Amino acid sequence: MADLRINFAGIKSPNPFWLASAPPTNSGAQVHRAFEAGWGGAVWKTIGAPVLNVSNRYGAWHYGRQRMLAINNVELISDRPLEINLREIAEVKRAWPDRAVIVSAMVESKPETWRDIVRLIEDTGADGIELNYGCPHGMSERGMGAAVGQVPEYCEQITRWVMAAATIPVIMKLTPNITNIVLPARAGVAAGANALSLINTINSIVGVDLETLELTPSIGGKGGHGGYAGPAVKPIALNMLAALGTDEIVGKSGIPISGMGGIATWQDAAQFLLLGASSLQVCTTVMHYGYRVIEDLCDGLSNWMDEKGFKTIPEVCGHSLHRVSDFKNFDLSYRAVARIDASKCIKCDLCYVACNDTAHQCIDLVSPQGTLVEPRAYDIRSNGKDQAIETRPQPVIREADCVGCRLCYNVCPVDDCIQMVELPSGRSEVTWSELSENQTQVTEDWETMKAYRDRVGIHIH
Amino acid sequence: MESASSISRNTTHALAEQLSPLTQNAAAIEADRCLYCYDAPCTHACPTHIDIPRFIKKIASNNLRGSAETIFASNLLGATCARVCPVQELCEGACVLGADHKPISIGRLQRYAMDYARDHRSYPVVNASPTGRSIAVIGAGPAGLSCAGELAKLGHTVTIFEKRTQPGGLSTYGIIALREPVDVALNEARMIEGLGVTIKTGVDFGKDLSLPALQKDFDAVVLSVGLGRTPGLGIEGEEAIIDGLEFIEASKANAASLKVGRNVIVIGAGNTAVDCATIARRLGADRVTMVYRRTDREMSCYEHEYDFARKEGIEFRFLTQPSRVVLEGGLAIGLECLGVELGAPDASGRPSPMAVKGSEFLLTADQIVKAIGQIKPSLAADLGLETMKGFIEVDASFQTSLAGVYAIGDCIRASGAASTVMAVQDGKLAAAAIHHWFAQQSAPVEVN
Repeated sequence: MADLRINFAGIKSPNPFWLASAPPTNSGAQVHRAFEAGWGGAVWKTIGAPVLNVSNRYGAWHYGRQRMLAINNVELISDRPLEINLREIAEVKRAWPDRAVIVSAMVESKPETWRDIVRLIEDTGADGIELNYGCPHGMSERGMGAAVGQVPEYCEQITRWVMAAATIPVIMKLTPNITNIVLPARAGVAAGANALSLINTINSIVGVDLETLELTPSIGGKGGHGGYAGPAVKPIALNMLAALGTDEIVGKSGIPISGMGGIATWQDAAQFLLLGASSLQVCTTVMHYGYRVIEDLCDGLSNWMDEKGFKTIPEVCGHSLHRVSDFKNFDLSYRAVARIDASKCIKCDLCYVACNDTAHQCIDLVSPQGTLVEPRAYDIRSNGKDQAIETRPQPVIREADCVGCRLCYNVCPVDDCIQMVELPSGRSEVTWSELSENQTQVTEDWETMKAYRDRVGIHIH
Repeated sequence: MESASSISRNTTHALAEQLSPLTQNAAAIEADRCLYCYDAPCTHACPTHIDIPRFIKKIASNNLRGSAETIFASNLLGATCARVCPVQELCEGACVLGADHKPISIGRLQRYAMDYARDHRSYPVVNASPTGRSIAVIGAGPAGLSCAGELAKLGHTVTIFEKRTQPGGLSTYGIIALREPVDVALNEARMIEGLGVTIKTGVDFGKDLSLPALQKDFDAVVLSVGLGRTPGLGIEGEEAIIDGLEFIEASKANAASLKVGRNVIVIGAGNTAVDCATIARRLGADRVTMVYRRTDREMSCYEHEYDFARKEGIEFRFLTQPSRVVLEGGLAIGLECLGVELGAPDASGRPSPMAVKGSEFLLTADQIVKAIGQIKPSLAADLGLETMKGFIEVDASFQTSLAGVYAIGDCIRASGAASTVMAVQDGKLAAAAIHHWFAQQSAPVEVN
């Protein structure tokens, strides 16, 4: 069984899974229960400036019958009195010495208010502090949260104030609501933060109610952007995580990164670890199913690590980062084509319509007699399951015309039915970067490009 | 029929529609499960070729009006078909999810959309201008209603003449309420009337109405007269046997007063036979035995009907040929039968049953029902129409040997299974053919 323990910037926990700073960590009673369920740590719901909350604060995006692929919220930081939070944090930490208790903080952008909150947090015995520079709604209107996170200079300044006061590890949390995630991360490194975490929630409007024509959710007839999180945001989070890991300053600094944004399964968790996260934070799936999800997060991750031969979490961390690159470095001669396994194909023809309408028109429908047929070619007087099944054509890929775009692979509802198969392209390996350096004309002029294609044998139909 | 029991029973409950409507949640979950196949095999398998993935996705997107319109566009009798179609042999049998999973419940989803249409009066309308053409349709069964509705949608004036007091044909009189309540069939007929079709009931074609008279008054005549009564077995004591179709009809008209025996034998193993056995069982028979000359491999009821019958506790006696009804005081007390051996294939392609001499045995019964098919329409001969295997012969456009006289439904079903949905498709195709025929007639003659 794999060793799931982590030591993140000096903060230790028995597994890499922490509850993110959010409603699941709103009170001592909740965090007690979460730890009983097996969570490795908890980032306390942000404490700091006084706030008031509203009803209908959570919206959600559902797709089909799948509920809450993402949640959207306009909840603010903790609305419980500061001293109650501080007392409960101290109680929880005393009761659970082996778990990570990190306190998220957000106060007015003044050195003394930050210094004061740091001292109050340290007095609880907490293991670390997370700086909330991400809250995209409400707090940002008051010059806190994302209003700080979106300006690297503010991030750096405030983090410097905190680092001057703090004696426990400090994690600077980044907002994704910014054009280049690397810049605030570099600011954190420059300010001496012990760690970074990302992503906070994304600006979003969930929808409009088609009955009332009000926003969803409607808060007394009004609505507005809220923070978006959950499984739907995972790819965005992974990209930002990888951007930090591959950045020459942030990546090389070795600063540990706590990854979050849509982690719902152990597979998600493993992917965040592979792209450089060394602690993981989880929220939406817990808000959907409760603390009990920790069991399979740990169990599944551990089993996968055993299968892959990873003994510890640090062995996994960043393992796939070297695979992250840019388009300009991709091998333009790499060729893959789609192949349909006829024995698995259920002939739904979703690959056919996707390819034919929106990709490269390289899937044919072939009758059982081996002739090409058009859709709906059957005699309208034929019917019944036997005639429908026996005359059903088989989608077949015209490999010579297949550009290997992978759309059919993505739409196929049957596992392993369509495979992307690498084929020798007969061309030498070359990247766009090399082309633009060595054969500049090719990359700048269509005529030269055409001549180049003819020369190396690239045919676009 | 003193020996038959008429114990008090809750017939409403016993014969209530077997499948409940899907709840909104169940329908949404099932609709979402549909893969939305392109050029879907379910649509091919449906004799009326309803665009099934389209109507299902409209359920998923909560566009129920559009879903119902999609169904009606291909099949005006979608409410009946949703209930009585042998979906296992048609759409659901062709579902791509069936191979290693569970096919989509297409029938029940269609019923969900059709229930919406009924509850919200979201029915088809006539958009065409009146053409001035008139058509007489004989018989208000599924084929006639479908044909009349399609013709009305094209702007023609249609009158249906129906022998019975109610429209709907077998949907009203011949399909047990478990599968289709009478209201569904009657409501569908009212929907067809809503398209401007006139339905005249209680008019017996051949007696009250002659073909020449109709030909004089109408531009075309459509025969959708169905089939006749159950044929005779030609055995001693047959007068004590009850006709299966009449048995079912009585169960629909007034189940409470239907006399059902304690120990019932049903002769035959087709769809109607299963229905008769089900009625007998549901209405109080302790023992119901279906007697069939061949085996379960050759019988014409569907596999799902066979499974259903066995779950109902209905027994089967295969390779058994009735030879005599044993009477006591004019009432059946048993059925004498012969054992059967199967021989070479007969005209139907099935092995011919050969009764074994001297193998007589007695099955006791206090009620015997026969459901061994229906006799061919005698109408064809009366009208001088060409026939095929006893059925009215039609060409590819459903025209009989008389110009302007068309025939559709069970009365032309010389091959293939007679079913409601096939009848509906006949009606639709014949309507298109008649419309085309009219267009050809009125096309201006080219003058050089």
